[in-house]
Amino acid sequence: MSGNGDVEDLLRRLAPQVLGVLVRRYHRFDVCEDAVQEALLAAALQWREQTLPENPRAWLITVASRRVTDELRSDRARRRREETATAEVPADERHAPAPGDENAPNEDDTLTLLFLCAHPVLSPASQVALTLRAVGGLSTAEIARAFLVPEPTVAQRISRGKQQIRTSGIPFSLPAEAERAERLRVVLQVLYLIFNEGYTASSGPELQRGELTAEAIRLTRELNRLLPADGEVAGLLALMLLIEARRSARSRPDGSLVPLAEQDRGRWNQEMIDEGLALVTDALSRTPLGPYQLQAAIAAIHAEAARAEDTDWRQILVLYELLERIASNPVVTLNRAVAVGMVRGPRPALDLLRTLEHDEHVAEHHRLHAIRAHLLEMAGDRAAAAHSFEEAARRTTSLPEQRYLESRAARLSRPPTAPRSRA
Amino acid sequence: MRYIALIHNNPAAWQALSQAERDEHNRDADVFLERLTESGELLGGAVVLAHPSNAKTVRVRDGVPAITDGPFAEGKEVLAGYYLLECEDIERATEIVSGDPSARLFAVEVRPIMHITASDV
Repeated sequence: MSGNGDVEDLLRRLAPQVLGVLVRRYHRFDVCEDAVQEALLAAALQWREQTLPENPRAWLITVASRRVTDELRSDRARRRREETATAEVPADERHAPAPGDENAPNEDDTLTLLFLCAHPVLSPASQVALTLRAVGGLSTAEIARAFLVPEPTVAQRISRGKQQIRTSGIPFSLPAEAERAERLRVVLQVLYLIFNEGYTASSGPELQRGELTAEAIRLTRELNRLLPADGEVAGLLALMLLIEARRSARSRPDGSLVPLAEQDRGRWNQEMIDEGLALVTDALSRTPLGPYQLQAAIAAIHAEAARAEDTDWRQILVLYELLERIASNPVVTLNRAVAVGMVRGPRPALDLLRTLEHDEHVAEHHRLHAIRAHLLEMAGDRAAAAHSFEEAARRTTSLPEQRYLESRAARLSRPPTAPRSRA
Repeated sequence: MRYIALIHNNPAAWQALSQAERDEHNRDADVFLERLTESGELLGGAVVLAHPSNAKTVRVRDGVPAITDGPFAEGKEVLAGYYLLECEDIERATEIVSGDPSARLFAVEVRPIMHITASDV
């Protein structure tokens, strides 16, 4: 579909609107979602920028509706064949469209779909795949390519998700006020998962995964437009932008990783940084504090430092302490140890790490060993640092991280040369 | 996360089973794989390997390939097949594999597969 990017953008934007109209008209989310996918595919093949239908949205609704009625009719025929001949013949189910629903996009539909696709009864893998297809308008093949998963596996996750929605009788409506906050947290989790999948890919054949970060940012931006009062939505959007801004500086052409402290900051995307900074500053000043806002604030401090040595680590330490207070988990403590090391020196940071050694979730985690290695190196204990880097390299399941950790260990095993800056 | 489940079996022990026992095992294995496909956690299909007597092992030394008959590792237990999983963590992976009938008869090793994504360092 390359060379037809504007059409693709238009289709992705229209996808949830069209699906919303159909589900409100025919109620069967599973059938409607398939029909919209088919209509999007037909449009992608037929439409060109010069030959768009006069009303693309109405075109998609008409084509998709036809598929839905065909499907429901053959469904009914199948059932009729299975039942005895005495069954009454149902009247033709041609629902008249509600007046006006062809033209006015219902803003709540996109929101309702996001909540539906991120429903807690679905597995995270199904939530992600369904969100990208039903709300993002991506095809199963595109999702499979982005996640490096065979297409039938993605198709299975989508159909299983839809089946669970159907059998659980989940209605097509916004969650009740009482559970709205909890449900929104899952929506944000799904969007962050999509973002991370795209962001953590190193270069090489995985470049197309960058599309996932763009899609996650697009959907979060849409959510922020629909829920402008929610500080955590704004916080997540800011966090994504501030991290994404560093993408081109975080790896070398051969795919090897560049630590934050050694990145060429001139290659950071200033436009994304500015938008992220504005979003997080605004959210912090007017909404209750939340974990995404705090993480965005930490990313903002890195973004504001012209050089690594200008980083305001004191401020970062304060933010990690706050984060630990409202969302305590061992990974936050690990990150706080890095900040403690930068502010108070390696020894107090190593003491803090020691408190985590009995936590079964982190004790075996490569990151604990990698951070200890950095701190030991700071403390001048080269042999112990090299050993910890090796421990970390053995535990990670990421090839680029393993190569990075092994190279740090090798550097320390050699006789000392001029000191290098560290992350 | 992705994991590989490596099925190690003992061909002699398999031969010693009755036909009814082997049929039951194969049926159970089909059901297991079907369920795993439905949950969206199986990547591709399962691979079943031929008897190790069909294997050749290749070593290139000083640019000269030497090809010997038989598998690399000698022993009673041999690699009999494998399948790939994608799931939350190793706990879920071992939970899945606990339902594999091969784990009842033989042993199934679960190991993470290295990936090429990386968080910031």
